[in-house]
Amino acid sequence: MGTALNPSYFMVLSAALFAIGLYGALSRKNAIAVLISIEIMLTAVNINLVAINKFLTPEAFIGQIFAIFVITVAAAEVGLGLAIIIAIYRNRHTVDLDDFNWMKW
Amino acid sequence: MHFDFSLLTTELSMFILGLATFVLGLVVPSRSRRGIGAFALFGLLAVLGLTVLNWDQQGVLLNGMYLVDRYAMFFKILCLSTAILVIFGSLRYVNEHLGNHFEYYSTIVFATLGMMVIASAGDFISLYLGIELMTISFIILVAFRSQDGKSLEAGIKYLLQAGLSSAVILYGFSLIYAATGTIVILEVAHATLQGQASPLLIAGMVMLVAGLGFKVSAVPFHMWSPDVYEGAPTPVTAFLAVGSKAVSFAALLRLFVAGLAGVHQQWDILVAVLAALSMIIGNLVAIPQTNIKRLLAYSSIAQAGYLLVGLVTASPAGIKAVMFYSFLYVFATVGAFTVVAVVYNKIKSDEIADYAGLVQRAPLAAAVMLICLLSMAGIPPLAGFVGKFYLFSTVVSGYLWLVYLGLIMSMISVYYYLRVVLVMFRDDPKDPAPIEMGSAANITLIITMVATIFLGIYPNPLSEVANSAAISFFLK
Repeated sequence: MGTALNPSYFMVLSAALFAIGLYGALSRKNAIAVLISIEIMLTAVNINLVAINKFLTPEAFIGQIFAIFVITVAAAEVGLGLAIIIAIYRNRHTVDLDDFNWMKW
Repeated sequence: MHFDFSLLTTELSMFILGLATFVLGLVVPSRSRRGIGAFALFGLLAVLGLTVLNWDQQGVLLNGMYLVDRYAMFFKILCLSTAILVIFGSLRYVNEHLGNHFEYYSTIVFATLGMMVIASAGDFISLYLGIELMTISFIILVAFRSQDGKSLEAGIKYLLQAGLSSAVILYGFSLIYAATGTIVILEVAHATLQGQASPLLIAGMVMLVAGLGFKVSAVPFHMWSPDVYEGAPTPVTAFLAVGSKAVSFAALLRLFVAGLAGVHQQWDILVAVLAALSMIIGNLVAIPQTNIKRLLAYSSIAQAGYLLVGLVTASPAGIKAVMFYSFLYVFATVGAFTVVAVVYNKIKSDEIADYAGLVQRAPLAAAVMLICLLSMAGIPPLAGFVGKFYLFSTVVSGYLWLVYLGLIMSMISVYYYLRVVLVMFRDDPKDPAPIEMGSAANITLIITMVATIFLGIYPNPLSEVANSAAISFFLK
């Protein structure tokens, strides 16, 4: 055993990834880039879940099972997202969020 | 390990109904697809009957992963009734504006299944799956008119913001898992009641407030809802406004009142501030609206504020009040949106100005709109008054400022609701031709109107049902 890993390393990494994803999701104007940023946030969640599972409850696989569910559902959501983006591209010839402004208060 | 499938009767029958609707749509020739709506409707009625029969069922599946109790049953009945009213009231709208698409009905069934899973969810995984099943189905429904730019725009806005909120909720789950070592809500409750409130737990709690605040469209997480409500097909808007909001409150109650009871001191003020903001912004921004769907969207943000008030004290009375209010909110909202849908069928417009003289063209629609709006404003003797009374009486001791705020904001809301009523009743119609609505829509409107009046005059039966459901919530 050299340097002992502890869960806080993973949680800091995950917090950093989550913050990057959140920043991207809020600041990017391209719909696909926003979708990718949301994926980064979900990756942060998965790192968190798996690391905590390893350190906190190594005898039960709660976190790992949860992470698999998250990956599966995220794939479904991205599939749907890309379908809608393609449909709206056909309709408006743009995927820039600033152009989706037909409805405003 | 013994697994009692009988506890899952309603969910399994819902799942089969959804698949059957889909497969039936694929195999029947396209000219006879009109019957699919009726098929889904009768299927939902059967499942509703089954749920009512199973009212007394109690049980815990998979070590707390899935809870079956009256509390869950109450919200399942609520979702099923909403789905039935929405489908029944909009058969014609769907035929004329959404085409011959059987996917519409099976997606509604699956969205309802997602809501039922949320109501029964006992741990973070089942809760997450329920939320995603519901949300993904709703994204499909919102973007259903795939040739219509507005519907697609609403779809992409909903998709991106719902994805963001799901990620935030999940991160909150992972932080609570880190703080307590478990993802089962009842075990989280034990851990938080014994241990100290760690920073991790508080951070996770804040994430959950933000993520679920989005789902119930509480200010400041409400930005999606006016656009999505306006762009989505009207029946979908009704379903989104009622079903999605009510079960998100079910999840909020389960997570906060049951799971995070130990840190009640930390979250009650947060929820109170959200409630106050939602009441203020929702009601004030509703005033200048000219589109009826946007007006109802802002009014529903305000309703979310009222409902959050019931959460603040984390008491059985508060839970009961939330359940009672969300049930009568079903009738008021579905009634109002059904009127919007039938009027749109004829005049192809959602502008309030085009509702001029509606009382001469469609007396029933105008009357239902009047009753529903007054109920939302909380005018006695309609149901909304009783609901608001229950909600606000829970916070009289301790949060008196919230009561005064709610009172003032309700008065302001009367102004913009009555503005719509005035246009309908006083102004002369541009085109006096009567609006023909179809018997299904007529029956739906009559049901919602009668229920709204009846629950206002005689609230005891529903109130007792909500009471017994709220008590089952605490028997753990």
